[in-house]
Amino acid sequence: MRVRPDLIKHLPRLRRYARALTGDVNRADDLVQDTLERALAKLDLWQPGSDLRAWLFTLMHNLFVNQIRTKRPQETVMEEAFDEPVSGGQMEALAARDIHTALARLSEEQREVLLLVGLEQFGYAETAQVLGVPTGTVMSRLSRARERMRQMLAGEPAIKLKLVK
Amino acid sequence: MTNEVHEDELHAYVDGTLPEPRRIEVEAWLAAHPADAARVQAWIGQNQSLHAAFDSVLNEPLPLNLVRATRRPAIPAPFKAMAAMLAMLATGLVGYAIGLGSGEHAPAAPTYLARDAAIAHAVFSPEARHPVEVDAAHAEHLVAWLSKRVGTQLQAPDFGAQGFELLGGRLLTGETGPVAQFMYQDRIERRVTLYVRRAVAGNTTTSFRHATENGVDVFYWIDGDFGYALSGQIGRQAIRQLADAAYLQLATAGAKP
Repeated sequence: MRVRPDLIKHLPRLRRYARALTGDVNRADDLVQDTLERALAKLDLWQPGSDLRAWLFTLMHNLFVNQIRTKRPQETVMEEAFDEPVSGGQMEALAARDIHTALARLSEEQREVLLLVGLEQFGYAETAQVLGVPTGTVMSRLSRARERMRQMLAGEPAIKLKLVK
Repeated sequence: MTNEVHEDELHAYVDGTLPEPRRIEVEAWLAAHPADAARVQAWIGQNQSLHAAFDSVLNEPLPLNLVRATRRPAIPAPFKAMAAMLAMLATGLVGYAIGLGSGEHAPAAPTYLARDAAIAHAVFSPEARHPVEVDAAHAEHLVAWLSKRVGTQLQAPDFGAQGFELLGGRLLTGETGPVAQFMYQDRIERRVTLYVRRAVAGNTTTSFRHATENGVDVFYWIDGDFGYALSGQIGRQAIRQLADAAYLQLATAGAKP
């Protein structure tokens, strides 16, 4: 008789990652629920002793990628909305949610790497395993994601600096 | 002289994965290369911002549908209804088996009360650091807060005579809205929880019922608009005594003007 691993203790982190990934409470919890259902259905494929957390994140990644593929047109519309020029009056609103906005403007591939490494604290090799790509790809995506975030988040202070001078 | 620092090593520095000797070398490199230092500083800030924005999710009460999804037996669908039936038979509640075949859309009958209470007990009672959201030192605030959210004047029963002290409580989400969970602990740190939520419309007052869910004993009852369930792994008799005490105290409190 196989011992069924306890999935509950992984719930809070799966929810945190899904929330950051989708930017939406309901979409995130739906993704977590789908992940759990798939995990229970495929539990026999999990190697006891291997990292259950990494395996669960792998399942979530696969589901997320499938979702994006089917919902692509909608996502594109959202991207365009985010790219509208920001007027001065909108700056405050932007600052309040800048980390969320900046995340949403990253490509899904870059966002996943940034979150797995920076928020969930997976190692680079683990992240590569979760995403099913070589470690070199993880490093290049991470680098691009962090630089893009830096440019987006640096927007406001740069303006302030000009005003002071 | 410091060896040329590779881009990947700057990231490893930010993520704290560099071996110590190399970390010191990278630090020296950054001291001499302000442009790289500025980038590294920004990346560290990004990690901090991510935690600031999303760590609160870790402390949110777990939605019970997700908790349940971690426990759903991985058995083929045709057997699910049968398994539910057997579970009903085992707890002597055959009458509630009607309508359970579809699983998800079944009404939150008293059996669900017992199961949800047992799950909530299993999730939070082993917590060493955050078993409760509000501790007993703020008992008055705790009761007022949970009462407001659940929508009735709650009371945390006193189990001092049974050797259990109030540890505190937390707010959960259930199918019928907010749920209050009070947690108690005895001298040898055994924990029991009292789970209170609004009953599904149509359910009327019931007598005590007993269920065992994954080794957790649950005594539960419905009194007016609210369902109560007392859960623990301290033996059926001991839980029964606590449930009796809770029932008596809550009924007495309710009778007051």
